[in-house]
Amino acid sequence: MKTVKVYGPGCKRCEATEQMVRETARKLGIEVDLEKVTDPKSIAMAGVMSTPGLMVDGKLVHTGGLPDSAKLEAWLSV
Amino acid sequence: MTANTHERHVLRELPDWVWYAGVSVAAILWWLLYNQLSPFSEWVTSLLPVTRDSHAGEAIAFFVYDVPKVLLLLTGIVFLTGVLRSWFSPEKTRAILAGKREIAGYPLAALLGVFTPFCSCSSVPLFIGFVSAGIPLGVTFSFLIAGPMVGPVGLGLLYGLVGWQIATIYLVFGFTIATVAGFVLGRMGLERYLQDWVRELNAGPVGEVPEETLTFVERLKIGIEQVREIVGKVWIWVLVGIGIGALIHGYVPEAMMLKIMGGEAWWSVPAAVIVGVPMYTNAAGVIPIVEALLGKGAALGTTLAFMMSVIALSLPEMIILKQVLTYRLIGIFLAVVAVGILAIGFLFNIIM
Repeated sequence: MKTVKVYGPGCKRCEATEQMVRETARKLGIEVDLEKVTDPKSIAMAGVMSTPGLMVDGKLVHTGGLPDSAKLEAWLSV
Repeated sequence: MTANTHERHVLRELPDWVWYAGVSVAAILWWLLYNQLSPFSEWVTSLLPVTRDSHAGEAIAFFVYDVPKVLLLLTGIVFLTGVLRSWFSPEKTRAILAGKREIAGYPLAALLGVFTPFCSCSSVPLFIGFVSAGIPLGVTFSFLIAGPMVGPVGLGLLYGLVGWQIATIYLVFGFTIATVAGFVLGRMGLERYLQDWVRELNAGPVGEVPEETLTFVERLKIGIEQVREIVGKVWIWVLVGIGIGALIHGYVPEAMMLKIMGGEAWWSVPAAVIVGVPMYTNAAGVIPIVEALLGKGAALGTTLAFMMSVIALSLPEMIILKQVLTYRLIGIFLAVVAVGILAIGFLFNIIM
């Protein structure tokens, strides 16, 4: 199971990223423990400076803008 | 899957050549449309029941000419900027600025402020990220001032609507204010006015940047995404701004304009700055107004001061930053930048 955190204060792209993660996980049949982090302090502590930020199993894989779907699949499948 | 996400998946899997071809065709179309703007607006105005030389005729022609022009310019600029900015990121900027000596940091931060993509919602994490990396507060401010003020969108629209000379002047002034204001703020030792929890923070090691290499087609897609997002957000402001500009252009008598915004009245510059503070719009909305004002004979210094005030002294941005800055710090920040804008406004009215 993958631990995924989506960092974002609640703008449209952050919501969309969360959606993308859920759908991609479902499509790949991977179980994810998805957490949405909206508190700016925690977002900054994770090293995310442009939201949305994406962390998979403790590793920061993407920041800023919607993630590319092919890459998202790769990150979740590793 | 929702229909929208499905469509996205399909789109993203198109072969590269389709993207190159699509962008090239779009560019050609853009160019053709852009060159037809003047005849188009004259034609539309002639269809309406107004005489071309009347106030209404002038206002309508201005509006019909400027709306597609600004939208086209905006689309082109946002696309190109989106692609260019795909090489930059706040994380990289932070890593670059963290190691620099303070005095070099100011102009560098201002420069990076122009090229680094970031949206207002990330203001707080970005601010914290910079501060915690040991980047001096003044340098961070240079970055935050430069971004909105000297943004490519503003410059591009100025260039397209009022010419390269004014655009260049604005660029130089904006850059100077960002650097100098940041420097002045840096000298004031304002760290004590940050919210407590910010000073105690240490946000993530510097240099741990998520490594994502992008292909050129991916950069093109980013550009397109930016167009969709930004133009989608901003087009209303554009219409309102052009509407106001059209009214000024069509109905305000030159004599009145000269009295209020001509360089003669010493109070016109401070008034312009003060009027700009509560106004909330972005570059796309205010530049058509600038165009109309200049067209009516407003002094350049006064008009640019107004524009800078509207864009740089942004209350919504300050409200977002209130989470990390105390009111006092916000006040000082606004005051320093306002003084800088005033100085430039005066200076320019005197020189011209």
